[in-house]
This record gives sequence, structure tokens and C-alpha cells, in this order.
Amino acid sequence: MQTAHSANEANYLTYKGKYKGLLGWIFSTDHKRIGLLYLYSILTMFSVGVLLGLAMKFELLAPGKTIMEAQTYNSAFTVHGVIMIFMVVIPGLPAVFGNIMLPIMIGAKDVAFPKLNLLSWWLYVLGVILVLAALMFGSGAPDTGWTFYAPYSFKSGTNLLPAVFGAFVLGFSSILTGLNFLVTIHRLRCPGMKWTKMPLFVWTLYGTAWIQLLATPVVGITLVLVALERMFGIGVFDPALGGDPVLYQHLFWIYSHPAVYVMILPAMGAISEIIPTFSQKQIFGYKAIIASTMAIAFVGYLVWGHHMFTAGMSGTAQYYFSLLTFIVAIPSAIKVFNWISTMYKGSINVQTPLYWAASFVFVFLIGGLSGLVLGALATDIYVHDTAFVVAHFHYIVFGGTGFAFFAAAHYWFPKIYGRMYDKGWANTGWLVFFIGFLALYTPMFYLGMMGMPRRYYDYLDEFHSGNILSTFGSWIMVTGLVIIVVNLVRSARKGEPAEMNPWHSKTLEWTVSSPPPVENFDELPVIAEDDGPYNYK
Amino acid sequence: MENNANGEHVHYDAEASKIGMWLFIFTELLLFGGLFLIYSVYRFKNPEAFHLAAEELNTSIGALNTVLLLISSMTIAMSTTTLLLKKKGATLGLLAITIIIGIVFLVNKYFEWGVKFDHGIWPGSEHLLNDFSQGEILFFGLYFVMTGLHALHIIIGLAIIVAAIIRIRKGTVHENRAALLENAGLYWHLVDLIWIFLFPLFYLIT
Repeated sequence: MQTAHSANEANYLTYKGKYKGLLGWIFSTDHKRIGLLYLYSILTMFSVGVLLGLAMKFELLAPGKTIMEAQTYNSAFTVHGVIMIFMVVIPGLPAVFGNIMLPIMIGAKDVAFPKLNLLSWWLYVLGVILVLAALMFGSGAPDTGWTFYAPYSFKSGTNLLPAVFGAFVLGFSSILTGLNFLVTIHRLRCPGMKWTKMPLFVWTLYGTAWIQLLATPVVGITLVLVALERMFGIGVFDPALGGDPVLYQHLFWIYSHPAVYVMILPAMGAISEIIPTFSQKQIFGYKAIIASTMAIAFVGYLVWGHHMFTAGMSGTAQYYFSLLTFIVAIPSAIKVFNWISTMYKGSINVQTPLYWAASFVFVFLIGGLSGLVLGALATDIYVHDTAFVVAHFHYIVFGGTGFAFFAAAHYWFPKIYGRMYDKGWANTGWLVFFIGFLALYTPMFYLGMMGMPRRYYDYLDEFHSGNILSTFGSWIMVTGLVIIVVNLVRSARKGEPAEMNPWHSKTLEWTVSSPPPVENFDELPVIAEDDGPYNYK
Repeated sequence: MENNANGEHVHYDAEASKIGMWLFIFTELLLFGGLFLIYSVYRFKNPEAFHLAAEELNTSIGALNTVLLLISSMTIAMSTTTLLLKKKGATLGLLAITIIIGIVFLVNKYFEWGVKFDHGIWPGSEHLLNDFSQGEILFFGLYFVMTGLHALHIIIGLAIIVAAIIRIRKGTVHENRAALLENAGLYWHLVDLIWIFLFPLFYLIT
């Protein structure tokens, strides 16, 4: 096992390379610096997305126009979706914590292709700039919804072209990250790190990387076709020229459904690291979690049709897609049982990351079960395109990925910055956020079942009370968010110096100093036969 | 793991580079896979229109281009062998032939598209929209998109080969570090392979 570096040696934060200052960061090929670049850029875009979400919720405070017109509202939910999906939750955990932790967790000095890794971040920035250009210049912000459905995406008069190209570039960035991680995991595991000794976060990144690699190109070509349709009128999705808009939906969801597993798998991986650490207990069913991860990655490809039950599809196809949707719920449920069984009779150390992880399991359960309501043919017809879908989606993607992101942030924070955050404020932030989250999204389940459609800036009077609660919830949640971020930013600069292994975890990243040295390990660690990522007494 | 002049670690792993290229080739296949899927759906829906539209294409130029790409695949494969045999001059010569063939392919394509434009056929042209059926419009839309995207890949492939030539001349790619040339070859074969599917789909099946 690796010994700690001496304190005076430069770590990756203070290391001075060929370039100084900002250039030393944006041209750095160090996986940890690239991870932080992603963190800062993703958090910036996240705050833009949050502000748009707040504005939408404010608009829905009362029926009729509150602060914006219908067209502005359409642009707000489109841009909110594009930012949150393509720039925040898809790259979120893999590009930030995957980049920083993956090489250390498998005992490597860096990823397989460090320059390609830097290129991924540059492409991410380029994609962001393109999408933002769509907002600021031209004939108004896109208003099609983040799905760019045909034929509206080439009939709409708004400035869609840069947004579509931006999404394409962001997809390319995601492909390169996935490719890099796959090769890294195959080639750079340290001696003795067998596949069955890899931490589960690495396993979920592995499954995620395959999805990124094999699903993203399909949406890439689809978005290119939409752009060409807009520019030249090639006809493939235009019903006026013989094209089929439903074919667009198929191609779009062939990527975009697996993409939700890009969002949730690494989240599950982070939770699978946190729960054994704070239970000080071997993870229950290590191999079952691996198998369910790969099963989700595989079956996740075959369920895209459940987004289109009302779009026109044969009855047989509907049955299969519905059945497969139910099947994909099984491996997710297996994981929930694994996490809970891990905590059973563990010596539980209640810390901020565990609060986040436990609340993750709670919201993920509700999100997952409400997903079955949507996957069942009869009930889907009833709640399709209502606020119910929005509630389900945010419970899974924000409740799932978002909670896991904050869990991971509070778990690895002392390793990344070498400082400990104020635990009191961190817990307060979590509690406020959690209450706000429940108040914001739970009423939407009810509103959806009562029949309130999604994506309208206006609603009938009977939906008023639920919307008031939801809007209040958004204010509470953002208050929690501010507490969390301010606490972390302040602690990164002024917090107490952190120990090498404050949580007494067993994975490799806790065997190097905090923050980690430039090349992670002086000499590569060797994993012995009886070592393991979760070998607690 | 070896060290360069500055004592920094220079990581070279030919196996990793090749896995990386194969994975990238998967993504390219899926990119074109989406288009092949769209092609088959519309062919199934409009068999007669696809037949009529395919008659407009020049099979001779298509066949010539197929033969050219097959030869270029051979020359780039030979260049890898000669590099491993330490015959640098032969390697550079074979790569130059590959590039010339790639450019001839593009020139043929340029004239082929040019003839279509002269006949007033391009995506969204008035002649196409007014005088052709919906199935034919789709056929030509797909023809221009798929051959255009393929031509773009030829250009990218040529750029990679040029990069390989520069590295071979500088001596950073040689018999013990041949991954870049091997990857250039893999990519060029992919471009060739995609054309082998495009050719029958557009020119031969009528």
C-alpha cells in the first residue's frame, strides 16, 4: 500500500507546470485539474439553469401572466432543459468526479489519453458557447423544448441552429470522455486490481462509458439531420416532403433514453461508495451491483419506445417496450436493496454525505416507482405530457443525479481540496434543500394526476394551490443550494486542513495525501489477494 | 513507461491507442448506422421512387470510386508493413499514393455532384420539389447527406494520413512506435468500408 506524501511536496492544486496562472489550468492535462475545470464550468451552467427554473416557477405562482409571456416561457423551459441535460447532468458525475477519482481509484497516474481528456473539456466549452450564442443572438431563444422534436425544430422561427450544433458538440465531448474512461479501465489498472476488485464507482463509470460511446453517435447524426433540414430542406423528417417526424422521435430517444442511465449510473456508483464507508461494512452483494449496473446499461438501450406511447406505434411494439421498461426497473431495485442491506447492522457514522445518500435512496425510490406508472400503457395515456412526467423526471434526474452529485461533492471534498467543510452548515444546507425539493416537486405529481399539462405558462384556477406550494418549494430549495455552495466555496479556501482518510474508507484514493500529489502515486500501488475496496472488519 | 529529454514520463501504449481507435470506429459505425436505418425505412416505404431516382446516378463513376478506394486500402495496409520492415521511403511513397487516390475520389465526387446540380437537383431545389415524387426527394436528400458525410470522412482520413507522414518524416513514428500509422490505416479502412455499403445502396440496387 502507498504511503502518504510528505507535506511540503507540491500537490496538484499548487503545482506549477509550463504555464502559470489560468493558463496552467486550461492547458493542463492533469486529470484532477480537468475534473475541477469541469466542476467550475458545470456549476456555472447549473446556476444559469437554476435561475431559469426559478423564473418558470415564479411564472406559475398564479394563473395567467405573472412575469413573462408565453413565448418567453417556452424559451425558458427549452433553455433550462438544454442546459440541465446536455451541460449539467450528462457530464456531471463522470466528467467531474470520474475524472478526478477514476485514475486514483484504479491506481493509475492519469487517464489513458490525457490530451484527449483536455480536448473533451474544450469541446464542452465550445458546445456551451454555441448554445449561449443561440440565446443571445439571432431571432430569439429556441422554443421547441430540449427534445428538438420534428417538424417544429425546423419550422420554428427562433435561432435553433447554433443550439442544435452545440448539443452535437457536447455529445462529441461526452463520447471522447467515455472512450477515454473505457481504455483507462482496460489498460491502466494497477497490479492486482482485478475486475472483481474495482470500486463500484469505477464499475458504474465503465457501464456509463459504453452507453456514452454507443448511444451518443445516434443522436449526433439525428441533430445533424435536423440542422440540414433547417438549412437545405433535405426532407427526411419533414412530412411535407415525405419524411416521417415519428422517425425523428425514435432516433432521438434511442440516444436520449440510454442518456438517463448516463446520468443515473455514476450516481448509483457514488452512493455505492458512500454507504459502505459510512456503515464501515462490506458492501452487500458486490457482484449483484456490478451485474445490475451492466444489465441497466444493456436493457436501457431497448426501452426508448416508452417515450412515444401516444405518438403512434403498433400495439405489439407498445407491449414490448412496456415490458422491457418494467424489466429495467428490476436491477435498479436490486441496488436499493443492496444499499439498505449494507447499512443493516453496520456501525453507522452519520455525516453529511450519508444524509445525502440516504435522501438519494428515498427520492430515487419515489422517482423510480412513479416511472412504472409512466411505463404502464394504461396509466401513461392518462398522465402523458402532464406535470406528473415533470415530477417523475425531476425526482429521478435531480433527486437521483443531483443528490448523488452533492453526496459525492461532500464525500470527496476533503480529498479534492485538502480541507474539511463546516459540517453544521453542510447539514443545514442539506435539510433546507431536501425540504425545498419535496415541496417543489411533490405537488406536481398531484397536479399531473388532476390533469395539469406540462409546458404551459398558464393554468386553470383549480391548480392554483398546488402551484403555490411548488413555487414556495423552489424558493426554499434555492436557499438550501446557496447555503451548500457558500459553505463549500468558503471551506475550500479557509476550512480546517483535512486528514488523508477522514472517513476511514478503504478505496485507493484515500491512500494518497489530501489534496493528491501531481502524479497520484510515487510508485504504483499493488493490490494483494486479500485487499479489497470494501474490506471493513 | 519511458522518459523524454526533460525527464518527464512519456506514456506510450500501442494497445491502448488501438483500443481507442476501435472504440472510435464503433461510434462512426453508429453515426452512419442512424443514416442506414433511415435509408431502409424510406426505401421500404417508397420502393418505386427509390428505383426511379437511383436510375439517375452514374454507376460507372460509382464503380470507379469503389475500385479506387479498395486500391487505397491496399496501399495504406502495405505502408504499415513496410514501416515495420524499416523501409521508410516505401512507406512514404505508399502513403502518398493513398492520398492521391483519396483526392481523385473527391474530384470524381465533385463532378458527380456537379452534374446533379446542373440538372437542377439539390436538396430543396425547385426542380426537385416541383417535378419529383416525395420518395425521390427523400432518395436525393439521403444521397447528398450520406455521400457528403462520407466525403467529409475522406477529408478527415486524409488529414490523419498527412499527420502520419509528418511524424514518420520527423522520426517520431517508426517501427517500434507505429500506432499512429496503424490507426490511420484502421480509420481509412473504415471510410472504405462505409463506401462499400453506400455504393450498392445508391447505385446498384435499382
